[in-house]
Amino acid sequence: MTTPAIELIGIDKRFGAVHANIDVNLTIAQGSIHGIIGENGAGKSTLMSILFGFYHADKGEIKVKGQPVRIKSSTDAISHGIGMVHQHFMLVEPFTVLENVILGAEGGALIGPALAKARASLKHLSDEYELDVDPDALIADLPVGLQQRVEILKALYKGAEVLILDEPTGVLTPAEADHLFRILKTLRDEGKTVILITHKLREIMAITDQVSVMRRGEVVANFATKDTNVEQLAEAMVGRRVLLRVDKTPAKPGDVLLDVRNVTWRDKNKVARVDNVSFTVRKGEIVGIAGVSGNGQSELLDVITGITKAASGEVFFKGEDVAAIDDAGELRRRGMAHVPEDRHHRGLITSFSAAESAILGYQYAPDLGKGFRLDRDAVIKRVRREMEEFDVRPPDPFLKSAKFSGGNQQKIILAREIGSNPDLLVIGQPTRGVDIGAIEFIHRRIIALRDAGKAILLVSVELDEIRSLSDRILVMFAGRVMGERGPDATEGDLGLLMAGVSKEAA
Amino acid sequence: MQRGELPTWVDVGLIPLINLTIAFIVAGLVVLIIGENPFQAIWILLSTPLSSLSGWFNIIYYATNFIFTGLCVAVAFHAGLFNIGGEGQAYIGGLGAATPGLLIGGVLASALPFWVSQPITLLLCLIASFAIGALWGWFPGYLQAKRGSHIVITTIMLNYITSSVMVYMINMVFRPVGKMAVESRAIDDAYIMNAREIGRVIGLKLPASPLNPGLFVALAAAWGVWYLLWRTKLGYEIRAVGANMDASIYAGINPSRIIMITMAISGGLAGLMAFHEVLGAQHRLVLEYVQGAGFVGIAVALMGRSHPLGIVLAALLFGLLYQGGTELSFANQNINRDMVVVIQGLVILFMGALEQTFRPYLAAVFAKVE
Repeated sequence: MTTPAIELIGIDKRFGAVHANIDVNLTIAQGSIHGIIGENGAGKSTLMSILFGFYHADKGEIKVKGQPVRIKSSTDAISHGIGMVHQHFMLVEPFTVLENVILGAEGGALIGPALAKARASLKHLSDEYELDVDPDALIADLPVGLQQRVEILKALYKGAEVLILDEPTGVLTPAEADHLFRILKTLRDEGKTVILITHKLREIMAITDQVSVMRRGEVVANFATKDTNVEQLAEAMVGRRVLLRVDKTPAKPGDVLLDVRNVTWRDKNKVARVDNVSFTVRKGEIVGIAGVSGNGQSELLDVITGITKAASGEVFFKGEDVAAIDDAGELRRRGMAHVPEDRHHRGLITSFSAAESAILGYQYAPDLGKGFRLDRDAVIKRVRREMEEFDVRPPDPFLKSAKFSGGNQQKIILAREIGSNPDLLVIGQPTRGVDIGAIEFIHRRIIALRDAGKAILLVSVELDEIRSLSDRILVMFAGRVMGERGPDATEGDLGLLMAGVSKEAA
Repeated sequence: MQRGELPTWVDVGLIPLINLTIAFIVAGLVVLIIGENPFQAIWILLSTPLSSLSGWFNIIYYATNFIFTGLCVAVAFHAGLFNIGGEGQAYIGGLGAATPGLLIGGVLASALPFWVSQPITLLLCLIASFAIGALWGWFPGYLQAKRGSHIVITTIMLNYITSSVMVYMINMVFRPVGKMAVESRAIDDAYIMNAREIGRVIGLKLPASPLNPGLFVALAAAWGVWYLLWRTKLGYEIRAVGANMDASIYAGINPSRIIMITMAISGGLAGLMAFHEVLGAQHRLVLEYVQGAGFVGIAVALMGRSHPLGIVLAALLFGLLYQGGTELSFANQNINRDMVVVIQGLVILFMGALEQTFRPYLAAVFAKVE
């Protein structure tokens, strides 16, 4: 047997009371694609951050090609041939591709020589790995798929033999993801080692050779990918059997509750991010909007929920045009609840206690205090009730919002929004960063709300989620609705629409 | 516990203590450079004010001013605004504090008995000083909310404008004809008696100091700020805007409105400092009576973690430094007034500007210990 590329032996890491990594042993073979899968908070990212020198393990040893090494910083990691592509790209937007690639490796006061050298090796790298990127393009002008390629090039340019990718497909279309996978396979075939961190089971099955499952800071299982299946992996991740599909009865749609007509929204550069979008949502149905992140879904949600105003078009909610209202509170009072896509930046205030986050948007609710007063006891009472109903753990209203896990934060928000008994629930990325156990729970609550005759508008970049929840599916691309499909649409069909290929248009 | 978080006692106790110690060490070095004994200097600075009743009274008198300006900074902090215009807002507040007493205090006094006219006039002065300060805070708030001008820039620029406006107002409007000193006439119709004068009324012999019942206004303001921030819907919205602007908009809060309201409250609190100082200590409108209290308020708010209780305690500490500084310049001829300002400045530097310096190290230490 050849020497493994990376060996992690007995890695242990605590953050205060949180035991993020417990005696982790992991061996990654040279020239393989090794998947690391696990729920959020399972310790995948911590482990990789230790390997890449962001954190120091409290205990344990790291071996690179059989040699024990001490990795104190990302510079050390790079010098040992370890490169990382982060979930959030670390690129300087106003710089060119070339300038970004040499960032941190300028080598002297003048950057001319480094740029020339980089240009040559970039050409070489792109030829070798199908990594075509214009070296003189500005990062800001590149689509995300290409930005990711720049990240990969950056790592390879710095001599990475082992490439760590953290949730790389979250921002990609299915086609872009396929291209990425081809690149990764080429890299593997050229002898590089790839570590892929993900929570998507399908990706693991599609391209990895080996897979390690993490749960609560421990590696609980190692499989050769060809010997395992999705169900087995899911069970190992959660620690019990999981229902991957939601059971639901066909919808019994009622009257139209939300009627969006020719809505256009422009950003400050006058670019139409939402372009002439029309659709309806009826009572008792879930309308799902699929699409790759950044194709106007977020802006559409903002327009509908009153965070911003449409440039043109009409939004009829319960028969009244609310397109001109840019006060989220007003729409909330009219019966529109909103679970935002980004819970850390919108859904709750991480520095507030759970109780304070749990009334966000409802601070003027009459039962929370008369006049200008905010009745603390009433707030706590309400929050305790909601926490119990939605099984929030720990059920502590005084704990800081930031200290709850992603799933529990999402439950706090859902409890708040569903608890307001809305007529329409607008919900963005309901399960992003939420562990599988909680996903099941959240999906069931959404369907229960539908069955209670409420209208639901769902936006998600997870195709599986859209397909399993929606009664009708709209696909957005470049700000436009590319088409509408039923819940039985195939992934390939939706994937084409997501990439902007429309049969209707053709 | 998350990375970089510290136990509460470290956050509110140990860190200020470390900052203070280092400030004293550096100040000690400065004293050493001019050839004096630093231990002796610090001993005089800390012990003299605490060893006499008059020292205590002076400490509390200074602290009263710092509570107002500290609250001013803290309220704005909670909305994510750095109001460094407390100095100017407190200064302009003097117009509000002085005018009712000078203008209608006499009319009221001639129509009503003394014990009715004085409280009414004082109440008007209180409201007017808050209102003028509030206006002076609202204006940069408006510029920030509606025009996007950064509040740090506008408030500090307003400090300079205020300074000139006040020189003009006191010299050209408030100074009685024929009077040499640049100050208004005595405001006898809105007179807050100091502790000694009150003592005399009730037959108690107390040392001379400017300490006056304005202290209770300061304590009430501290309680009021606490109630506002943590027990009212407006306070909730202020803190929401400060913590997360996007989430506030999502929650239907209008950040522009909150910014303007918060800055008005903040400026108003600074304006109350004028009420205390002008009517309780100076008894006339004079030049430059704020004497840096607005800036000390920044350090007080930082040290007090923007919590009213912390601010009261931090204000007392700075009161001690001020009174100690005065005592020190009396006790040692070589350490003059400017030297004392250097020492106070160092304390403010370490407490305020370098507040975060030692946090990461402590966080690392505690992460290991845990």
